[in-house]
Amino acid sequence: MLAAGSGLVACSSDEGGSDASNCTNTITKKDLPVVTMWGWYPNTQLVVDNFNKQNNEVQVCWTNVGQGSDEYDKFQTAISAGTGAPDVIMVEADRIPTFQIQGALVDIKQYGYDAVKANYGEGAWKDVSVGDKVYGVPVDGGPVAMIYRKDIFDKYKITPPKTWAEYEQAAQKVKDAGGPLFGDLGANVSALTMALQIQKGAAPFTYDPAQPKAIGVKLNDQPSKDVLDYWGGLAKKGLVGTQDQFTPEYISGVINGNYATYISAAWAPGYLTGAGVGKGQDTGKFAVAPLPQWDPANPVQVNWGGSAFSVTKQAKKPELAAKVAYGLYADKESLTDGWTNQIIFPLNLTALKDPAFVDLKVAFFNGQQANKEVYLPAAEAYKGVAYAPFGQYYLDAMTKQVSEIIKGSVTGSQAADRLQEDVAKYAKEQGFTVQ
Amino acid sequence: MTLLTEKRAPRPQPETRKIRGKVHLREHLMGWLFVGPFGVVFLAFLIAPLAYALYLSLFQKKLIGGTSFVLFDNYVKAFTDPSFLSGAWFVIRFSLVSIPLQIVIALALALILDSVTTLFARFSRLMIFLPYAIPTVIGAVMWGFLYSRGFGPLTDIFGLFGATAPDFLGSDLIFYGLLNVVTWQWAGYYMIILYAALQGVDPTLYEAARMDGAGRWQIATRIKIPLIAPALILILVFSLIGTLQFFNEPQILRYLAAGTIGSDFTPNMYAYQQAFSLANFNYGSAISFALGGIVFICVYAFLFFTRKRRSFL
Repeated sequence: MLAAGSGLVACSSDEGGSDASNCTNTITKKDLPVVTMWGWYPNTQLVVDNFNKQNNEVQVCWTNVGQGSDEYDKFQTAISAGTGAPDVIMVEADRIPTFQIQGALVDIKQYGYDAVKANYGEGAWKDVSVGDKVYGVPVDGGPVAMIYRKDIFDKYKITPPKTWAEYEQAAQKVKDAGGPLFGDLGANVSALTMALQIQKGAAPFTYDPAQPKAIGVKLNDQPSKDVLDYWGGLAKKGLVGTQDQFTPEYISGVINGNYATYISAAWAPGYLTGAGVGKGQDTGKFAVAPLPQWDPANPVQVNWGGSAFSVTKQAKKPELAAKVAYGLYADKESLTDGWTNQIIFPLNLTALKDPAFVDLKVAFFNGQQANKEVYLPAAEAYKGVAYAPFGQYYLDAMTKQVSEIIKGSVTGSQAADRLQEDVAKYAKEQGFTVQ
Repeated sequence: MTLLTEKRAPRPQPETRKIRGKVHLREHLMGWLFVGPFGVVFLAFLIAPLAYALYLSLFQKKLIGGTSFVLFDNYVKAFTDPSFLSGAWFVIRFSLVSIPLQIVIALALALILDSVTTLFARFSRLMIFLPYAIPTVIGAVMWGFLYSRGFGPLTDIFGLFGATAPDFLGSDLIFYGLLNVVTWQWAGYYMIILYAALQGVDPTLYEAARMDGAGRWQIATRIKIPLIAPALILILVFSLIGTLQFFNEPQILRYLAAGTIGSDFTPNMYAYQQAFSLANFNYGSAISFALGGIVFICVYAFLFFTRKRRSFL
């Protein structure tokens, strides 16, 4: 009983944040104050070690509590509980409003924003801001492009499609010749689906933090419907697959060459390499081309993912935590490791302007200068997006509707209408006035 | 105390009553002392969380406007929420198919193993029970890989005959895919319970039956099954409660079943999503309690219809 009792006490102690004795990394400068951090970059260990080595004021204690939703669920629970969150947390830019509206993040403008302001572009700051307050330090972005299998394209004698109409024609051509699927419509990648809708001119949410009670929800306008109809059509005709992405099933399909193209972000090659794609006999079979357009005369570039470091409200010393948020993954060594392994597409201008980065011959793309040719122009043309303060619900609802499209129970347009109804209802339930 | 008893000594009746009362009190105290540790754990880990969840379910928290007391609004919402209702309907349908199937398999196996007494029977008993010893999560992952059309064996096996493998992770067959996983995992466990009950039957009954001319089949249906009816009802109640709270297997398989299993596939998964990914603890609690209500009604109805046969509750 006694042991159990003391165990209970240990669990409920309000240390504020994950316990500093449970770091994944080893802190050598033991007398310095410690800031706890959650993150899932594949090279976080190295990034944290670099920071700790270079810093004599504060040390980072890092834990990886899972990637994406896994981490957000834990953070969300910690927010609701009022305890258990780390001091600094890695979040994707599209989640910042969701946590900000709950008062879970700290405005870090007062803690040294001016000193690093010039290190990032305007769009990068916009994505991590709500109104004129800054809730994160940008690390990486996700300009979207079309990764493709060069061997398949060569075999069926097709060139990278420049428009979505050409994309469908090429898909049909490959199918008629008995080739593999051309792409994939994944129900679980709602953020990408949203980006593709935005490319055609959709503006899902309009939200002004100065008037936090009002939100514009427009998920069934013509561009949104068109894009869902387009992908629903491709799936129905059997031109693209309908696998959830980032699953073993999908990855094994990519390795087997079951998909001629993969519409994805700049960080995808690093992820795919980590999962075993492009190795052995598949080495150098991939290439990348700009994202197909709806109107080639007015190209639009979009973004998927990309993350930032935010300081949480539960941080005992926000100033110290902000130092970590600003300094982590901002040193040359870490950034270089990130972009050479294509784990990140950096937003730090020192990296973006580094000739070594610009001219990098990417091994995954068989020496193609992917940054110069594809990703940099896409990143520069990206205008930024207003995200919803209930991003998790919206993305889940989108997943549900795309699953329905895949099952064939609704058309893309019907799915968009249902999504609008669902999300608008939720927004009202949450106390917003929906416009 | 002694002074008091001395004073009252002349009157014997109250005296004995008093002593008896003291003994009673001591017995009571001893009783409470024995029950105490269990009571504390029971209160702290069952009653308190339940009460807290019930309390939570009566509130509503909005992003704009904060928390407010809404009484049963969350329950009204749950029973008009298509996500909850479709999930509840799924687990009820699933129970109606999976429970009879598991019980029939478990009963048949138990009866066979009860009448065969070779070494092979002991080996089979262990093997049939083995799936239960595998954690449900591992079991689900394993079946997920077996079902997978990308790298599972089904594609190869069906390919040998020039056929396409069925997609047990697709929306048409997922019901059967899950049915298979659950049956595989639980039938052995139920078999052991029934087998144990059969071991408790007095063998002289069989002898008497044989002398009266009963065959093996008649012994099984007329003597064995009626005698283990209480154990049958016990496992039916177990499986009913377990199946209505279906969570592990679909939650694991949803990562392999592209879009087939949504976050509202079963009521428990829906409650999990509401509470931990949408931070809607209030509605999540309400769903849990609403599901608890459904479980209670189903179990009660079942026990009501089988009231003549039960002896354990």
